[in-house]
Amino acid sequence: MQYLIRFTQLHETFRLAEIKALAVLAGVDLKIISYSDESPFCLVEFPSDEAARAVIERSILAQSVYEHWGTAETLDDLHATIKRDTAHLWPLYAEPSFKISIDSYRGSRSQKQKVALINSFSYLAFKGPILLSSPDNEFTLFEKWALEPIPEKKLPSPLQVYFGRLISHSARDLINTFDLKKRDYISTTSMDSELALVTANIALAGPGKLFYDPFVGTGSFPVACAQFGSLVWGSDIDGRSMRGAGGKKSLFGNFQQYGLEKFLGGVFVSDLTNTPVRKARILDGILCDPPYGVREGLKVLGCRDPEKDVRSVERGKLMYRDPAFIPPKKPYSFIAMLDDILNFATDMLVDNGRLSFWMPTANDEDQEIAIPTHPCLEVVVICTQVFNKWSRRLITYRRLPDSDVDVAALALRKKQEDQASGRSADDLNPFRRHYFRGFKSEQELDAVTRETTQLQT
Amino acid sequence: MKVLSLNFLTCAVKTCKTQSTSYPLHPKDAELVQDDIELNQDFLINLLPRIDWTALSTTATELGFPALPPTPPTSEELRADAKTLRDLHSLLLETQMVEGKLVCASCGHEYAVREGIANFLLPSHLV
Repeated sequence: MQYLIRFTQLHETFRLAEIKALAVLAGVDLKIISYSDESPFCLVEFPSDEAARAVIERSILAQSVYEHWGTAETLDDLHATIKRDTAHLWPLYAEPSFKISIDSYRGSRSQKQKVALINSFSYLAFKGPILLSSPDNEFTLFEKWALEPIPEKKLPSPLQVYFGRLISHSARDLINTFDLKKRDYISTTSMDSELALVTANIALAGPGKLFYDPFVGTGSFPVACAQFGSLVWGSDIDGRSMRGAGGKKSLFGNFQQYGLEKFLGGVFVSDLTNTPVRKARILDGILCDPPYGVREGLKVLGCRDPEKDVRSVERGKLMYRDPAFIPPKKPYSFIAMLDDILNFATDMLVDNGRLSFWMPTANDEDQEIAIPTHPCLEVVVICTQVFNKWSRRLITYRRLPDSDVDVAALALRKKQEDQASGRSADDLNPFRRHYFRGFKSEQELDAVTRETTQLQT
Repeated sequence: MKVLSLNFLTCAVKTCKTQSTSYPLHPKDAELVQDDIELNQDFLINLLPRIDWTALSTTATELGFPALPPTPPTSEELRADAKTLRDLHSLLLETQMVEGKLVCASCGHEYAVREGIANFLLPSHLV
């Protein structure tokens, strides 16, 4: 059966990824009939109303789903289609209460026009009472207007019209519930509620599953996963981010604010390169927004130069039992970190478990950072959020069952040594380097240096 | 953190990873609190295969809980056995370790637990 999904026109590249993931989660067959990043309307096929509801009621980027009664370029054609295809459905809705609404995308209709549009459906012969709030059945006429910045130039009629019966609204209200502005404890790098919830959906968070965030910060991702019923763990190299000021102003306080504390398995202070997590394939999902080294340092345990820092090593030996002891840290290669995340996910995820992480990259092709790969992980989907000169991508992988892994590629990977060299944060992190140079190319940078030298002379 | 977490954690020192004595970590001077959480049978049954039963038995005994059966129940057995369900739920999900230390039996390193958060950062000579 055909259904019409009304999406929000935002985060376009995430929309299908989310719906497909939710279909996997609900165990529902989903076929996309027509979809475009430019349109909020998407035609799909679901086996039943229940299947459509199961998928959409957890969606963040969809607004609602409708039983599809017709699509046409003009209202007259739409009426013809509805009369031709759906007459057998009309008696089902003849008696119960109902309502017809108008949803104009990129356009607007006056109250008078709306009434006229609604009345044009009188042939449906619904005799039930019209209820504006919570009717038994709700029908919507959608209009898609052309993008026209000057209202006077507007075309006289929309480009396309759709009609459908409401099946279910989505979980979009959750964005408001988890809004960072209303959250007691956040930091500069907290993920906004909409994208955190979308990430949890794409990673298939669900009741009874185990999720872990190795760069937990203030807990945006675990909170989102817990909302969907998963048991969550988190860790961070900086304990202060989790402890906060204590009480309400802490990661635990955030879980309490939403009444989700029973889903918090625990948080601990640790570094991914020296993780205390037991190597066993027990996690259903790993979600993280690793540090990019721009707003926050990208560090791991260790000394920058063990020969020079002998004293600090010696001091560590004497002092490490002291509760106030802070172990030394060294800069970490961005690329090595991505590799470490993939290796960790390979060791920890159950078959078909998902790893979803955010990774920044420059928009300029020359400076783009490649998608990291691993023989045991298959890329499921890549979604991109574009900023001015850089973007961040949400990359989602699926842990392949061992029987599907390319053994030769895996052996080759194990042979390759970590080739990251260099000591400064800039040497180790191409993204950070480009970011602080304003994403200029090497030639542009040369020109700038030449100018400054000329000015000086 | 929940007692369940102890089943997923081991010593962070790399050379200890290959030593069987490094897992599980042994709680010392542990201060526990008990939450009240509604029992979810499916959740526990789903969790069961991911638990290292021997390690859990050790942890339970060390924290002063009654001894667990020597072998893990199958999911059918667990479904039929309300008492074991109740006990496991209480141990794994309702009990939290808030203060104390976690000790590795292989290298002797003690990881401090404060306000429910364990610290696994290592000094440079152990990295």
